[in-house]
Amino acid sequence: MTGDASAAAASPDAHDRESPDVHEQRAFGFWLYLMSDAIIFALLFATYAVMVANTAGGPAGKTLFSLPNAFAETLLLLFSSLTFGLATIAAKSANRAGVLAWLLVTFALGLGFLGLEIREFSGLVQAGAGPDRSGFLSAFFTLVGTHGLHVTFGLIWILIMTGQVVIKGLSVPVTSRLLRLGLFWHFLDIVWIGIFSFVYLPGGL
Amino acid sequence: MLGNLTIDALPFYSWVAISGAVITVGGALAVMGGITWFGLWRILWREWLTSVDHKRIGIMYVTLALIMLVRGFVDAIMMRGQQAVALNSDGYLPPGHFDQIFSSHGTIMIFFMAMPFMTGLLNIIVPQQIGSRDVAFPFMNSVSLWLTTAGAGLVMISLVVGRFSTAGWTAYPPYSGIEYSPGVGVDYWIWAVLISGFGSTMTGINFVVTIIMRRARGMTLMRMPLFTWTALCTSILMIFAFPALTVACALLGLDRMLGMHFFTNDAGGNMMNYINLLWIWGHPEVYILILPAFGIFSEVAATFSGKPLFGYKSLVYATVAIAFLSFTVWLHHFFTMGSSANVNTFFGIATMIIAVPTGVKVFDWLFTMYRGRIRFHPSMMWTIGFIVTFVIGGMTGVLLALPPADYLMHNTTFLVAHFHNMIIPGVLFGYLAGYMYWFPKALGFTLNERWGRRSFWCWLIGFYLAFMPLYALGFMGMPRRMEHYSVAEWQPYLIVAALGACLVLLGIACLIIQLVVSASEWQEARDDSGDPWNGRTLEWLTSSPPAPYNFAVLPEVGDIDAFFDMKRRGAAYQRPARYQDITMPRNTGAGPILGGLAFALGFAGVWHIWWLVIASALGMWAAIIFRASNDDAEFRLPAGEVEKIENQRFEALAKASRTETENPAPYSTQPLPESPT
Repeated sequence: MTGDASAAAASPDAHDRESPDVHEQRAFGFWLYLMSDAIIFALLFATYAVMVANTAGGPAGKTLFSLPNAFAETLLLLFSSLTFGLATIAAKSANRAGVLAWLLVTFALGLGFLGLEIREFSGLVQAGAGPDRSGFLSAFFTLVGTHGLHVTFGLIWILIMTGQVVIKGLSVPVTSRLLRLGLFWHFLDIVWIGIFSFVYLPGGL
Repeated sequence: MLGNLTIDALPFYSWVAISGAVITVGGALAVMGGITWFGLWRILWREWLTSVDHKRIGIMYVTLALIMLVRGFVDAIMMRGQQAVALNSDGYLPPGHFDQIFSSHGTIMIFFMAMPFMTGLLNIIVPQQIGSRDVAFPFMNSVSLWLTTAGAGLVMISLVVGRFSTAGWTAYPPYSGIEYSPGVGVDYWIWAVLISGFGSTMTGINFVVTIIMRRARGMTLMRMPLFTWTALCTSILMIFAFPALTVACALLGLDRMLGMHFFTNDAGGNMMNYINLLWIWGHPEVYILILPAFGIFSEVAATFSGKPLFGYKSLVYATVAIAFLSFTVWLHHFFTMGSSANVNTFFGIATMIIAVPTGVKVFDWLFTMYRGRIRFHPSMMWTIGFIVTFVIGGMTGVLLALPPADYLMHNTTFLVAHFHNMIIPGVLFGYLAGYMYWFPKALGFTLNERWGRRSFWCWLIGFYLAFMPLYALGFMGMPRRMEHYSVAEWQPYLIVAALGACLVLLGIACLIIQLVVSASEWQEARDDSGDPWNGRTLEWLTSSPPAPYNFAVLPEVGDIDAFFDMKRRGAAYQRPARYQDITMPRNTGAGPILGGLAFALGFAGVWHIWWLVIASALGMWAAIIFRASNDDAEFRLPAGEVEKIENQRFEALAKASRTETENPAPYSTQPLPESPT
């Protein structure tokens, strides 16, 4: 997919067709969206770096973060990326049942991740360490919450695509949407690795 | 049920605000009444509002921009009027209202005048310049338009319901925080900017994909017309810069709505972080606006000098260099923040470096005109006026780029004069040049040149009168944004500036008269050839206005000035042996519906009407999901239909060439002799 998009970008020969392939354009456009979204996360990371010491006398990461919980979240999300990859492979071999099964497994893993995150957030809020407690906590909740919001949208999208695979089968548009959903899902994985490495590891150790 | 919305939201605090509200509501009702009277709702909805045709979307963008230009200018002339009389008196505007006016002036002119004007011109022209039938994502294009319109609607409705922000167009905290601005004004600003910002990001994605993947055969990157090059760089900047605006606005909104502490005075907030985030978007934004204008000046200078662009390659590299450097200078907007001398020096030097590629461009345009056969079409006059005036603004910019000098001039009217000196000639003159240059392409008839020239002179002289005194006032120490003052020496300068604003008002009146006069004489000014200026680039190959598919047969490009090259080889206007079916996107109401829901979402967010926030957000999701699952968004235009349209086109061409032989002078398709430069 990456290859297709960048090859088309590099050479004008790709325009020899009367109308360029619409799915290639969509893939390239989606890559651009992801880059734009990556800037959002980059700036949220930068903001977190600016605010991490601004605890205003409130709790710091050391007392708040639970590394085992973050590790469990990481495992769930990484495995969900793997299972999404398996769904993509199943789509390539036109194995509809396989696609559906792996999509549902991915959904379950993502839902588990989201459950752990919501439990962590509500625990923090109940302990008086909500986002309005200090600049540090505002930045923490916003960075991690924005990722969680993306995961939520990803889960909704997985459900929609499951429905489309059931109703429409693995048609060309459906497969191309699945590929873009895959890009989105793996992107969230990469962002999470950033969160784990820059938020939980330094904060929790 | 209505959140914080009560009857107190109506603007009974000043008679000026009441009249503003009455004019806004009256204007809206008059337009809607007119549409109803002439029975145009159906055609408006079917042919325009739901259209996914890039040319129609472009025309709607430009219409929005012109309306907002008038609104933003009313703000401007009110400020100039107030400052002209407010020596040792309160003038006619109460302070809170004056603050709303300068905030809405900046917000409107940047987000809802300049951005839609630029996006509109890109929409109308870029697909045609690259020989494409449409943009890559026609439906997303419609969504971008309607999100921008929703944002503009929020700013407009703040005139009637509640108040607008008093925190300036940049909404710096802590003043814009909930502690010091507890009303709805800043919320209106946040929602309007956020919603239209999403539209701009999508426009950026759309045009990068369009330009990279949909160029005609033979159009390599280094054969793209310069306007397309600037459109590409601007679109890339939009993709990378607008996220910073989204983040800045969203964090400010979280501070205000959920009591977070990103930018507050207490509890570990850091307000300077906002200013960094805002200008990481804000400085590239300057180039997002100005690069397409540079592209327009390049096209206009080449066409009306009858010569190829001088130094095409250097113009391309200068454009790319400016786009890259635009991300390295944002700190010069707040040298006085107190960064170390080394940091300020870095950003000061980076800022001065940008003057180099810009200077390259100025010389390229001058050499393009040198020994050319210059035709003084209004577009060319905007271009020449720009070159002269812009150089002055560039020099004051280099002056401000010196941190020690900036410490003296910061927050004075010198700065106000400087950025208006960049944006009015650099951006607005460019867009107006483009508007008069491409108007026949969009609507099929040329604009009256006499009124165009009158408008140009009013704008040019008005600009100098309005802003040169502000440079002097800045040196005299006058801070920007003063509602009243007590220094008698300032007043004469402010009176001259107000007179300048009156001349600009005449310039805007000339624009309106030009439109009315040209529309009433449109039969005589019809552009049958599709090429009224002896153009050089592919958009002049299509008919005016173009067929929905632009090109029945996709062109093949062999040179930088592709169309001029075709005319020279006699390869333009060739009838193909037979036509083929063309796949076209279907019109859809999803765009305007999404825009309407985004407007409802923003309005509900401003007034904390939570049920409506949830309902409109769910509605938007439903609309997106419904639309995204639709595999039947296109239809085939049969070859017979295409042939019918193309036959009409060739009849018009034959008619045009007959009139040409009677009056061959400026519209000849004969190549003009090229001068030996």
